[in-house]
Amino acid sequence: MLCQSCNERTATIHLTEISEGMRMESHLCEVCAQKQGLAIKSQIPLNELLSTLLAAQSEPHSSEAAPEAAADTSCPACGMTLKKFIQKSQLGCPHDYEAFGEPLQGVIQKAQNGHLRHCGKVPSKTPVDARDQIQLMNLRQQLEEAVRNEDYEKAAKLRDKMENLQ
Amino acid sequence: MRASDLSHHVSKWFDGSGPGADIVISSRIRLARNLAGYEFLPCLTTRRQAEVMEKLTKALLSLELGEAVFFIDVDASSALEQDVLVERHLISRQHARSKGPRGAVIAPSESFTAMINEEDHLRIQVFKTGLQLRECWQQIDRIDSCIEEKVDYAFDPGYGYLTACPTNVGTGIRVSVMVHLPALKMTGQIDKFFNAARDSDLMVRGLFGEGTEAVGDFFQVSNQVTLGVSEEQIVDEFVDLIVPKITQYEAMAREVLLNQQSDAVDDKIQRALGVLRSARLISSQEALFLLSHVRLGINLGRVDGISIDAVNELFMLTQPAHLQMNSGGALDADHRDAMRAKMIRSKLCVN
Repeated sequence: MLCQSCNERTATIHLTEISEGMRMESHLCEVCAQKQGLAIKSQIPLNELLSTLLAAQSEPHSSEAAPEAAADTSCPACGMTLKKFIQKSQLGCPHDYEAFGEPLQGVIQKAQNGHLRHCGKVPSKTPVDARDQIQLMNLRQQLEEAVRNEDYEKAAKLRDKMENLQ
Repeated sequence: MRASDLSHHVSKWFDGSGPGADIVISSRIRLARNLAGYEFLPCLTTRRQAEVMEKLTKALLSLELGEAVFFIDVDASSALEQDVLVERHLISRQHARSKGPRGAVIAPSESFTAMINEEDHLRIQVFKTGLQLRECWQQIDRIDSCIEEKVDYAFDPGYGYLTACPTNVGTGIRVSVMVHLPALKMTGQIDKFFNAARDSDLMVRGLFGEGTEAVGDFFQVSNQVTLGVSEEQIVDEFVDLIVPKITQYEAMAREVLLNQQSDAVDDKIQRALGVLRSARLISSQEALFLLSHVRLGINLGRVDGISIDAVNELFMLTQPAHLQMNSGGALDADHRDAMRAKMIRSKLCVN
């Protein structure tokens, strides 16, 4: 099916709208859909993500000099500022993850599909309780997935493992 | 061992011998790591950058991989040597062109490579031919644990492995497959593949050439999310879901081409061979483009008398830096094009 707007490209977006009891169908290609302002999930480059973040912070509701203050947050260990990070998309040192707190958390959440906590390999040198915590997280996720896939045998095994750790 | 010792043969990961290698050329896993107690590269002084390099080089050179790894001082290497390593995917272009003490530790089989002081202090990679991601993960996990016994990684119980760019934080893992998708391209379905990949949070880039343009229908598909999912989950998703889908689409497109448009396909393949066998000047872009058609032709059984090895070799050895390294020094573009054409003719002509 061709896009009904440009009649050139294949329609890949099929939209059904119901307003005031009327049903409207439109079939568009991606380019035309974007032109009409239909949101399409796309990969946002990190620097763009970062500048939107800063823009969001400088919205007036936070009053006074908050945006400038946020941009000027600097890490006591390496001197990196949030503003510089936004320009370079690279942090200055491991402490920045703590120093830039919430604004950075927002970026990470957006870039990492909503995730905020590591669940995966842990260095063997990590203290035992921290390692157990991460492993628990790990198992919990696997359990959820097993339940979603209706693999109850696997789920039972995972639950036993979790109980051993707790 | 030096870059010039590598430039005469095809990288093992590109030799087409692995499982499913007609479509999935190779598998790669990369881990990004940083040393605790050191700033990331943007804030690291040259002196401390040299310290990081010394520590990591020492740890890497003592690894037992079944073959003796060697060290290349990237900072002291010539631009041509750097480019050969880039063309073989042993180091990144960014690593080649940045400044300060930085190096690479490479296994002679090229199945393992480590970049020191690239965007992160350490980036290790394991390559295997065909679809062998689980094997890649087993190997790199073991290597990573060995390194970790010797150095302290920057690790946070909440965020996981800390990286210079938050897009790598958590596992620091980048799982990739390099795929050859000429039939999807010819049947005009490549955009569908891009869209599907994007919707599944995957990154698609070209395999050859600079930037993101995919010359020769080779693509690199990688995960984007590194936090909140475990390494095994990411690998499993690739092996069980993503790669089978891509392979299936490409195989279907190949079948459609053979069954419904065999004249058109044969025409493309034979024209490509015609140009490659007779051109006197050929750019690397054009060569990649045409060789891709020939590779498809061989995989579809439409070309006789040319081995897939010969074509794979041409893909690798006709790249600009390889050509120059093997001819003994810098050449301008015209000379390169002439030399490339000659090399291709002698490989592909029957007599």
